[in-house]
Amino acid sequence: MVVNKTASELQSLLHSRELSVKELTEATLQTIEEKDKTIQAFLTVTGPEALAAAEQLDNLPDEKRGSLFGMPIGIKDNIITQGIKTTCASKMLENFVPVYEGTATERVKDSGMVVVGKLNMDEFAMGSTTEHSAFQITRNPWNLDRVPGGSSGGSAAAVAAGEVLFSLGSDTGGSVRQPAAFCGVVGMKPTYGRVSRSGLVAFGSSLDQIGPITTTVEDNAMLLSAIAGADYRDASASEKPVPDFRNALTGDIKGLKIAVPARYLGEGVQPEVREAVQKAIGVLESLGAHVDEVDLHYSRYAAPTYYVISSAEASSNLARFDGIRYGYHPADAKNLNEIYLRSRSEGFGEEVLKRVLYGTYALSAGHHEDLYERAQKVRTLIAQDFQNVFKEYDVIVGPTSATNAYKLGETIKDPLTLYANDLLTTPVNLAGIPAISVPCGFAEGLPVGLQIIGNHFEEAMLYKVAHAYEQATEFHKQTPPAGEGN
Amino acid sequence: MNFETIVGLEVHVELKTDTKIFSPAPAHFGAAPNMNIHPTDLAYPGTLPTMNKQAIDFGMKASMALNCDVARVMNFDRKHYFYPDNPKAYQVSQDDRPVGANGWIEIEVDGYKKKIRIERVHLEEDAGKLTHSENGYSLVDLNRQGTPLIEIVTEADIRTPNEAYAFLEKLKAIIQYTGVSDVRMEEGSLRCDANISLRPFGQEEFGTKTELKNLNSFNFVRRGIANEVERQEKLLLSGEKIVQQTRRYDEATGQTVLMRIKGSANDYRFINDPDLPEIVIDEDWIERVRAEIPELPDARKNRYVNELDLPAYDAHVLTLTKEMSDFFDETVKAGADAKLASNWLMGGVSEYLNAEGKELKETPITPAGLASLVKLISDGTISSKIAKKVFKELAENGGDAAVIVKEKGLVQISDEGTLRKVIGEILDANEQSIEDYKNGKDRAVGFLVGQVMKATKGQANPPLVNKLLLDEISKR
Repeated sequence: MVVNKTASELQSLLHSRELSVKELTEATLQTIEEKDKTIQAFLTVTGPEALAAAEQLDNLPDEKRGSLFGMPIGIKDNIITQGIKTTCASKMLENFVPVYEGTATERVKDSGMVVVGKLNMDEFAMGSTTEHSAFQITRNPWNLDRVPGGSSGGSAAAVAAGEVLFSLGSDTGGSVRQPAAFCGVVGMKPTYGRVSRSGLVAFGSSLDQIGPITTTVEDNAMLLSAIAGADYRDASASEKPVPDFRNALTGDIKGLKIAVPARYLGEGVQPEVREAVQKAIGVLESLGAHVDEVDLHYSRYAAPTYYVISSAEASSNLARFDGIRYGYHPADAKNLNEIYLRSRSEGFGEEVLKRVLYGTYALSAGHHEDLYERAQKVRTLIAQDFQNVFKEYDVIVGPTSATNAYKLGETIKDPLTLYANDLLTTPVNLAGIPAISVPCGFAEGLPVGLQIIGNHFEEAMLYKVAHAYEQATEFHKQTPPAGEGN
Repeated sequence: MNFETIVGLEVHVELKTDTKIFSPAPAHFGAAPNMNIHPTDLAYPGTLPTMNKQAIDFGMKASMALNCDVARVMNFDRKHYFYPDNPKAYQVSQDDRPVGANGWIEIEVDGYKKKIRIERVHLEEDAGKLTHSENGYSLVDLNRQGTPLIEIVTEADIRTPNEAYAFLEKLKAIIQYTGVSDVRMEEGSLRCDANISLRPFGQEEFGTKTELKNLNSFNFVRRGIANEVERQEKLLLSGEKIVQQTRRYDEATGQTVLMRIKGSANDYRFINDPDLPEIVIDEDWIERVRAEIPELPDARKNRYVNELDLPAYDAHVLTLTKEMSDFFDETVKAGADAKLASNWLMGGVSEYLNAEGKELKETPITPAGLASLVKLISDGTISSKIAKKVFKELAENGGDAAVIVKEKGLVQISDEGTLRKVIGEILDANEQSIEDYKNGKDRAVGFLVGQVMKATKGQANPPLVNKLLLDEISKR
């Protein structure tokens, strides 16, 4: 069966025309149907559209086949897909079908990929377990009683379960990397501006980035090469040329300088996670890298800074959901105020309402300076910290998450763990720099992610290090057990 | 009067760019509701603003023409409020770094000149339009949503309703010259609100102000301010306090009417728009835009007075619009006498345009055509009476006055022989008039001149007819 093959194996079968895109798509849809009964990663499966696209691709002459020809991909449901329901896992957009295409999905299609469906997430990307979806609970393929992480939980779980080899997620404070770590797959948060945000439903506009989730570093590099680059539809998209990131996959990291912030392995980090990451650092050293401990002083303020800025921007971005032009609309509302009040309080879930309220508060007269403006200043200091480290080091490494995947329904109450989690992922978004999570072992049988952080537009460096590490270890070859949870 | 009037104006000018400020939809009037829209204008999720560089150019151009400092670095901000004409629930505007600041324009009013300072000029997007229907529903048209605007905010330098009027007239002329807007109040491409307060003469502190809206013409601005000043004065004199509020001018009654009382200031929760990165304006950009600004009304006025010897009044009227002023310049360039050309533009041409309800560019009259007419008058080829006939022809069908005169045989008769012959015939037929004249009735000459003109279909050279007629009478 085709489903257990790697992307490059599938590509060579497609290129020799031993396998058609239609056959691959049919097999993929069948796998999704079987596996998603338990995983629940997909909110929408686009069977007919995918098969129609596959047939068109099969008719293309060889020279018109794109770089990811025929590869099935799932898309997080906060990324616009023309003609296909895009819900943000919210009652607010339960029946929203966009009339326009986003840039990333357009480029995915241009590279020959087949979109097979839309993936579950925390509502409007707010959360880290995917439990804040208005529609369903997605399970971690490694243990069905565990969360897949979030907010791109559906995107990570679908790849980990072998339903698709590729997916797109979005990362505002760790939403690609943390679920990738929880599910044992590769997740990249590119530099802010590397991938156009046109088509990404905004959460925190100055933090959001679309990122690829895959089983291998090479696949990840190929997908990012396909979707990255300048876009007239997004003024914040960088015009920097996009290299073929596969060229960075040399396996050679001799002499590379790696920084490990002391805080990243400090209090609140689960001992097994710490152990796995320390071993991974050992592997990097054995490959010829120099490792030093450093201090990222201002990252200690990352959590409040992140919550103020992301919630403030969310309160602004989500104001457009007013029940008037699209989205949830209380049909029996009697006046304008009632439309506003009811569409928003009934259409949004609790977590979203909470953040909109936080954000509105942080921007209100009397708090604007104390909260929002101060957070902007701290953000600058956090970014400067990273710049100081990158003067001497090529990359920073540490865990992606302080713990392994949480139990479903479990509320993390330990403030040290909460603090450590925010410390690990949010500073990267605040600084606008790229970071990747690659599988680096297991903690109590659940995957652990190694996070590699680089300077602006240094994704090639991250892929180089991640690939060298991946090739030196076997973790990426391990797949979740087919069995039930325990 | 016991109080000094303090007025500041906020003027919104719609920029006539090809497309909207943040979307590729056309920015034109007149389309059916919700036809000139793009998903971005509807604030569909996942859409982002794209920056229209032409709107920035226009904002810079207006700022420069209003003597403002142009920002070297500027950005856009989100101003939040919920209303159905505002689909994102925030308006993209400029808060702390506007395109222009610290400008001024000079006005001349009631015999004195005065500078009115301009605090700032900022770029922003216009909102959509609501129509409230009778069945209780409101209809939303988003064609106007995203049309670029500049808001021009004056310092509180205006002291009389006439100064406000003069300021707007001058502002309109300057903006119109730069070509960035049609500045037509009737089409909504210029809108004005006035902040009005009074203070006892000698007091430095401003009194409580009211904001006056719904001022739909410059005259209504003048009358509205005058009426609001009167209202506030009465209140103050009777010992009452002014309450900060928004009022509207009622055109029917000429009174200002309460709209709403302003509580604490609205909290717009401004943030820098993260979707629109900072814009850095370098010297090259500034110079390129500066080079596109034409000679402005004051410079032209001075040139007309100093170089063309026109009266100040003529210079003022001719420079009110760029169209008229350009037309005048072209006419003079085509060889017309400046004062005669001015007379015609302010007289015959304007009368014709008013009567027809047309603008100069909507008629076939050309500067060359008007110059040909003026030249024929200057060299005595046609009389001013004939000139009126020729002008009518020019205004309706265009062309060259000399050709019209020739084709219609309208050339003035200045040949003495021809005229003496006609005069002889008229005198033969009107012996009584000769008698009357000789008995001291001067009016009789007028009658005889009229007869000669009639006989020559108005083509006879009137001064010459006069002279020859007296000569012929003296011979009898």
